[in-house]
Amino acid sequence: MDLSLNGMNLHIVETTKYKTNTIVLHIKSPLAKETVTKRALLPYILQSGTKSFPTRQEIRSYLDELYGATLQVDVGKKGENQIITFRMDVTNEKYLNKQTPLLEEALKLLAEILLKPITENGVFTEAIVANEKRNLKQRIHSIFDDKIRYANMRLLEEMCKEEPYGLSVWGYEEEIDAITPKLLFEQYNKLLKNDEIDLYIVGDVTPEKIEAVVKNSFSFPIERQPFQTEETKQIKKAQETVIIEEQEVKQGKLHIGLRTNTTYKDNDYYAIQLFNGLFGGFSHSKLFINVREKASLAYYASSRFESHKGLLMVMSGIEFENYEKAVAIIKEQLINMQKGDFSEKEIAQTKAVMKNQILETVDVPKGYVELLYQNAVAKHSRTIEDWLQGIDRVTKEDMIKVGQKITLDTIYFLKGKEGK
Amino acid sequence: MKQIMFEQLNETLYHKTLDNGLNVYILPKQGFNKTYATFTTLYGSVDNHFIPIGAKEPLKVPDGIAHFLEHKMFEDEDGDVFQLFSKQGAQANAFTSFTRTAYLFSSTTEVEKNLVTLLDFVQHPYFTPESVEKEKGIIGQEIKMYDDNSDWRLYFGVIENMYVNHPVKIDIAGTVESIDQITKDLLYTCYETFYHPKNMVLFIVGSIDPEEIMKLVIANQAKKTFKEIAAIERIFADEPPTVANKKQILKMAVHTPKCLVGFKEKDPNKQGQDLLKHELCINILLDLMFGQSSNNYATLYNQGLIDDSFSFDYSAEKGFGFSIIGGDTKDPDQLVETLEEMIQTFIQKPLDDNMVKRAIKKKIGTFMRSLNSPEYIANQFTRYQFNAMNLFDVIGTLENLTKEELEEKAKGHFDPKMFTVCQVLPK
Repeated sequence: MDLSLNGMNLHIVETTKYKTNTIVLHIKSPLAKETVTKRALLPYILQSGTKSFPTRQEIRSYLDELYGATLQVDVGKKGENQIITFRMDVTNEKYLNKQTPLLEEALKLLAEILLKPITENGVFTEAIVANEKRNLKQRIHSIFDDKIRYANMRLLEEMCKEEPYGLSVWGYEEEIDAITPKLLFEQYNKLLKNDEIDLYIVGDVTPEKIEAVVKNSFSFPIERQPFQTEETKQIKKAQETVIIEEQEVKQGKLHIGLRTNTTYKDNDYYAIQLFNGLFGGFSHSKLFINVREKASLAYYASSRFESHKGLLMVMSGIEFENYEKAVAIIKEQLINMQKGDFSEKEIAQTKAVMKNQILETVDVPKGYVELLYQNAVAKHSRTIEDWLQGIDRVTKEDMIKVGQKITLDTIYFLKGKEGK
Repeated sequence: MKQIMFEQLNETLYHKTLDNGLNVYILPKQGFNKTYATFTTLYGSVDNHFIPIGAKEPLKVPDGIAHFLEHKMFEDEDGDVFQLFSKQGAQANAFTSFTRTAYLFSSTTEVEKNLVTLLDFVQHPYFTPESVEKEKGIIGQEIKMYDDNSDWRLYFGVIENMYVNHPVKIDIAGTVESIDQITKDLLYTCYETFYHPKNMVLFIVGSIDPEEIMKLVIANQAKKTFKEIAAIERIFADEPPTVANKKQILKMAVHTPKCLVGFKEKDPNKQGQDLLKHELCINILLDLMFGQSSNNYATLYNQGLIDDSFSFDYSAEKGFGFSIIGGDTKDPDQLVETLEEMIQTFIQKPLDDNMVKRAIKKKIGTFMRSLNSPEYIANQFTRYQFNAMNLFDVIGTLENLTKEELEEKAKGHFDPKMFTVCQVLPK
């Protein structure tokens, strides 16, 4: 069930599959250099204290009291948008022989976290802001410490220099010091006014009851005027860029970015999904078989498709000296697939695992919400049925056609230091 | 076929021990699209010294061989088993831990075919010298991937610190040098010894008909013959009740230092209900000490000594066990000092009744949440079974824990003699 309530989009999925009920709140706004760092801080500030639970510890104690309800915050990217996410999960009291309405309590708490933060002098408290600024710096550092994540971030930075998508959703360390509680609070007010908010509730629930709780608890202090989604612009580059960097690593991290020029809204979307699946999405894929199984160059060699920006990212961990060999094999696989060098059997195999993946995703509450949220981001609805039928209908010609739209943009390679 | 009901959880479990010794468990889950099955042997990286089936003398095998064997099982005369699974719309995988090797698939269609594929490929070893050599390149890269992963190095570093003799201190995948010694004959020896149905558990969970599935498994197993085996003889050297190293520092290309502290288990031979109670107690104690609602967490967080990466965990299997606490930190030595102080203060004070009740409530809720996951149920149930415990006893055991038991366990486990530290520092 979907409806608009208090300026938010409320989505309720009724199911008896689970022993818990899940709440997901997505807050979306266009990625921009001026706001990205402040917005990366906001969810962490909000989960640190409310009017009735002034400290993080008090919020956490209350969650424990609700039979270990979970609350996680996160910041992510979909197309050219920065998404702030709150996720909660509470046990269904039916399995506890208890009468406490745990889901209602959890919803009220989430509303309080979003709408009634603890303040001093009308803005966020100094101590909380200082703590979370420090933690954000740490979070930014931790990307560097995880070499696969780091290489992926560097690839996008280089590849999308001129596009919002190239921004890191965690923001920039050099901007953190200048952020004051007042500036943050202004950003928070903009969020309440302009960001598009989607609230998902999945579980064994009564929609009317949920609606009433949401209506009462989520009352915004200001008139909401949500923005529309930022449109993705497709860029064409004349030639491919190669970036090679050095660090003290033992294994080379090879990341390659391609532009498919196809996104979630397009008619050939299922075709690009299948193309990616057979190219590097699964263990029967061209990359897995040729880079790993045949050439024995890598443990992992795969590709991932980003639906809203339409990028396809290849990644593999290899010996430094195998760089040329690996790049050549990967390029060859792409060219062969663009030429149609794959069989009907392979297509059938890819369709089978892809449909399986969709059906498995909806078995997990958070997976289901993720799938539904794609519709909200793209403003284009695809039901589970659409997915299954859409995949089935794709032909070999569709895959070749969509494949020919793909161009290689940037190759990024992180290797060990010379002489070590 | 035995039927076991868990009324409060609204679950029914079906069980049968087949003639060849294989234990089969089936848990129907209505409403789920997917069926998930694991076929697990009680054989992991620690089983590196044993008497091979049919032999008299003990054999020591190269580090990483259980994991290597797991990789090689996916290949047969016709090629790669992954291919067959994906044709049948399934995702297949496997993992090797300290004590177990599990093969698994999940699928939403052709469940029966996939189940037969799982049983058949795990019960059909096929190794050639060429395929063994080729795999060395792939696993070599897997080892190097972990070599660059600072969290992984830190975690295994702290375990390595604890043990003098026990093979849990050896990396599960081995080293590039150790896997180079692996041959096709050694793989067959390990396979013959540890992949007997008597040493294995099959667990299937999903929207399935238990009667039909059991029939299918029985028919499949009846077609195969296995050598008669006595109990497997594993050899473990004595492990002294102290830690091997008090502290270890690893230098890596990181910006933020990382620090884990650990307590080695003193009495690692608990099994059954004894072990279940013990591990639930230590987990609750850790949560009381360092959970996000504790005073200690608030202090550490506000002092800037920890961040979101801070975590803690207790694991135990027959022969070893440990609790591990820590994460990223700006000041690793200050963190160690503060944690030590907090732990010593904690174990000397009586516990607060309300906080104990709240921690138990939280643990019950967390357990309920994990029952949403077919993967969790299959993997954990198997692990519990191999340690003579029952996953579905968790709630009952939690509800009956007392403050006094917890206080006693705290004094026993968090012993300064068993304390060790591992840090990753920027190069």
